[in-house]
Amino acid sequence: MTAQEVRLCGLLLQEHFGDVVEKVGTHLLRNGAQHLRAIVQETGTPMDLVKKSLCVLIQHGACAFSSGRKGPGSPVEYQASFERILRILRYPRYIYTAKTLYGDTGELIIEELLQRGHMTMSSTVKTVADRLTLNMEEGHSMEYSEVSNTFSKLVETHFLQRCPPVEVAGKAVSATPDPATTPGAPANNTTPSTPESFADCYKVPHVTLIGRGKRRNSSEDGEDQRNAKRAKEDPETHGDEGIYWQVNFERFHLHFRDQAIISAVANKLDQTSSEIVRTMLRMSEVTTPPIATCTQALSANEIFRSLPPNYNISRPILDQYLTLLVDDPMEFVGKSGDSGGGMYVVNLHRALANLARATLESVVQERFGSRSARIFRLLLRKRHLEQKQVEDFAMIPAKEAKDMLYTLLSENLVQLQEIPKTPDHAPSRTFYLYTVNQLPTARMLLQNCFKTVANLIERRLFETKESKRLLEKSQRIEAILASLQASGAEPEQLTEVEEMITPPEKQQLESLRHHINKLDSAENQVDETIFLLESYIKSTATATR
Amino acid sequence: MAGRGGRGRGRSNMTFSLENLGIGRGEALPPSSLQPSPLFPPMTFQPVPLQTGEEVEYMLALKQELRAATKNLPYYIRQSAARRDVLRYSDKYHRDEARDSIMDWRPDWSRLPNELCIKVRKSQKKVLPQLKGTKTTTSGKEEVLSKLEFLEKKEEIVNSEDEEDEEKKKTNEEEEQEQEEELDEEEVEEETDYIMSYFDNGEDFGVDSDDNMDEATY
Repeated sequence: MTAQEVRLCGLLLQEHFGDVVEKVGTHLLRNGAQHLRAIVQETGTPMDLVKKSLCVLIQHGACAFSSGRKGPGSPVEYQASFERILRILRYPRYIYTAKTLYGDTGELIIEELLQRGHMTMSSTVKTVADRLTLNMEEGHSMEYSEVSNTFSKLVETHFLQRCPPVEVAGKAVSATPDPATTPGAPANNTTPSTPESFADCYKVPHVTLIGRGKRRNSSEDGEDQRNAKRAKEDPETHGDEGIYWQVNFERFHLHFRDQAIISAVANKLDQTSSEIVRTMLRMSEVTTPPIATCTQALSANEIFRSLPPNYNISRPILDQYLTLLVDDPMEFVGKSGDSGGGMYVVNLHRALANLARATLESVVQERFGSRSARIFRLLLRKRHLEQKQVEDFAMIPAKEAKDMLYTLLSENLVQLQEIPKTPDHAPSRTFYLYTVNQLPTARMLLQNCFKTVANLIERRLFETKESKRLLEKSQRIEAILASLQASGAEPEQLTEVEEMITPPEKQQLESLRHHINKLDSAENQVDETIFLLESYIKSTATATR
Repeated sequence: MAGRGGRGRGRSNMTFSLENLGIGRGEALPPSSLQPSPLFPPMTFQPVPLQTGEEVEYMLALKQELRAATKNLPYYIRQSAARRDVLRYSDKYHRDEARDSIMDWRPDWSRLPNELCIKVRKSQKKVLPQLKGTKTTTSGKEEVLSKLEFLEKKEEIVNSEDEEDEEKKKTNEEEEQEQEEELDEEEVEEETDYIMSYFDNGEDFGVDSDDNMDEATY
C-alpha cells in the first residue's frame, strides 16, 4: 500500500462516509489485518463508532473479515481492500454505462446498488420503482415487473452478481453448497473465495413481486408516510431473504476495455473497421474468460453472418478490412489460421499494452514537448541505445538531445543501463545505454495518477471551505425562495429575496461553481487513465504467470 | 559530485567517465541549485484542455449528485457533537435528527461477525438503566415518550419480531446516547442530598407539549 494510495483512499472515504470511517479505514489500510480491540486502541475512537464504521465498510465490500490467524480461538480480523475503495471514483462511469445499455431503469438499479453496497432484489425493485414513479406524470406509476425484468437482464449479462455467502467459524453456513472451493476447516479460510466460485452466482431467485411504485404526495408529509409505508411493507417477505446482490465490477471493466479497443480502432482506421472489431468482441463475450490474452478464434464466415444488418458490406470487402486490421502495427487483430475463410482473433493483451504505451507517449509529449516524445518513442522501439545513437536516430542536435535525455532521466521515465566490458567495471570501458521499461514506467505513472486525483480532491475541498460562508448563504436563500414559491408569493417578494445576494457575490459563486466543475471533471478524466494503466498492469501480471 | 568542479583541469575522481555520458571536456554544466525547487514551477507546456461533451457533463452531474446524496444516507457516520457545558433546548431536536437516519439501516446481522452486533452487546447493559429507573425520572419519561412516538410511526405491525428488533435497536441507540446523559445525572445526584424527584426544573414543560395530547394544559 503506497502512501499515495492510502491518502487517496482516505479522502474518498471521508467524502462518502465521514471522518470516523476514514480514520478506521486508513488505519486498516496502513496496518493490514487487525482485530477489533487493536483498532479501538490505536485509533482512539470509541468502540461503538468503530463497530458502526466496520459495519458500513463491510456493507460496501471495502472490508472483509476472517477468523484470526492464530487458530480457531483468536478474534476476528478485519482487512480493508484498497481496490474496492478506489472504485468509488468510477461510480459515475458505471451508472452512465448502465444507462446507455439498459435505460433509466438500469441506471437507477445500478445507482441504488452502488450507494447501498448490497441489497436484496425485492428491496432494490421497490426503491427503484418508487423513484421512477416520482419522475413520471401524475397518474402513471412504474410496474414492479418491468423493473424486475431489467434486473434479470442485468443478472443474465453478469453485470450484477450475488454476494458470496459468509462463512466464519461459529456462524451458520448458508445453503448454497460449494464443497470444491471452501477449504476443509473454515477457521483457516485464508484465501477469500470470489463470488464467482459459487454455483448460484447468477441465478435470479423466484420472487413474488406484484405491485406498482408508490408516489409520495408532498415532500413534507413524505417522511411520515414513508415510515408508515415501511411498516406495512416490512412484514411482507418476498422469498428472497438473505440473497444479496452486488455490482459486478469486473464485468463493467471488461465492457470498458472493449469500448477502449473499439474507439482506438475507430480513431486509427475507420468506422467500418471498428464495427467489425465490435462484432468480433460481441461474439466472443461469453466464450472468453476475463483473463484471456486473446479471444476465441472466429472464422471470417461467422463474422460476416453476425455483422449488424445495416452494414451491408460484401464478403471480399470484409476480407480486405480484416487483412488491413491484421497488418496494422497496433496488432489489434491477429490471424490464427486459414480454415473457414480465415480464423481471426482479437489480441486483447497486446491491444491493452499498445493503449498503455500510447498513454505513456502522450504523457511525455504533453509534459516535455514533441521532441522529447520522439526520443521516448525511439527508446521504446529500439530498447537500448547509446547517447550517440539517440542523437543520430532522433535527428536532434547533440546538445538538445543531451538536455532532453537528462530531463527524462531525472523524472525517472528513462533508465540508464551499464554494460561493462571488463570485470572491473572501469567507466572508460563500459557501455552506458539508455532504455525505457514499459511496465515499471506504467506503474510509476499510475502512482502519479493517484497523487493527481488526491490533489484534485484536496483542492476542491479547499475551495469549498474558503467560500463556505457564501455557499451557506446561497443555500439558505434558495430554501427561502423555494418555500415562498410553494406558498404562492408575489414576484416582488421573490425578487427581493433574490437581491439579498449582491452581484459580486453572485460572480464569486459562479466562478466557484466553475472551478468545482472543472476539478470534478478532471477527476473523471484521470480515472479513465487509471483504468487503462491498471488493466494493462493486471493483464501483464496474469499473462506472464 | 565533488569532481565536477574539476572540469577543464583534467582531474576527476568519479567512477564513471564524463565522455561516455556525453559531457565533453570544457563544456559548461548547468549551475548547481542552492535551494529546493519551487512549489509551483512555471510550466513550459500548458496542459491540454479537459474533454467536453454531453457524456462528460452527464457524468459530472452524476458525480456531484452522488456526493450530495451520500451525505444523507445512514452510512455517513458523524461523530456526536461535542457536549456543551449547558444543556440547551435545541439539543433535543438535533438528537432526533441523527436518530432518524440511523433507524433507516438495519444490516443483516447474520452476515457480520457476532462482535459487531450492537444489539447483542447492549442488551447486557439494559439491566443498569432499569435499576436507576426510579431515580432518574426524566430519562424514563423521555424513553416512554420516544417509545410512544416510535409506536405512532409504526401504526399496525403484523410481524411482532420486527417490532421487537426495531424497539431493541431504537432503545439501544437511545441508550448509547442517553448513557452519557445518565452519567451526568448520576454525578448531579451524588453531589446533592436532596431527592431528585421532588425537584422540578422545568424540563418537563417542553417535553409534554410534544405529545399530541388533546388535554387542555393549564
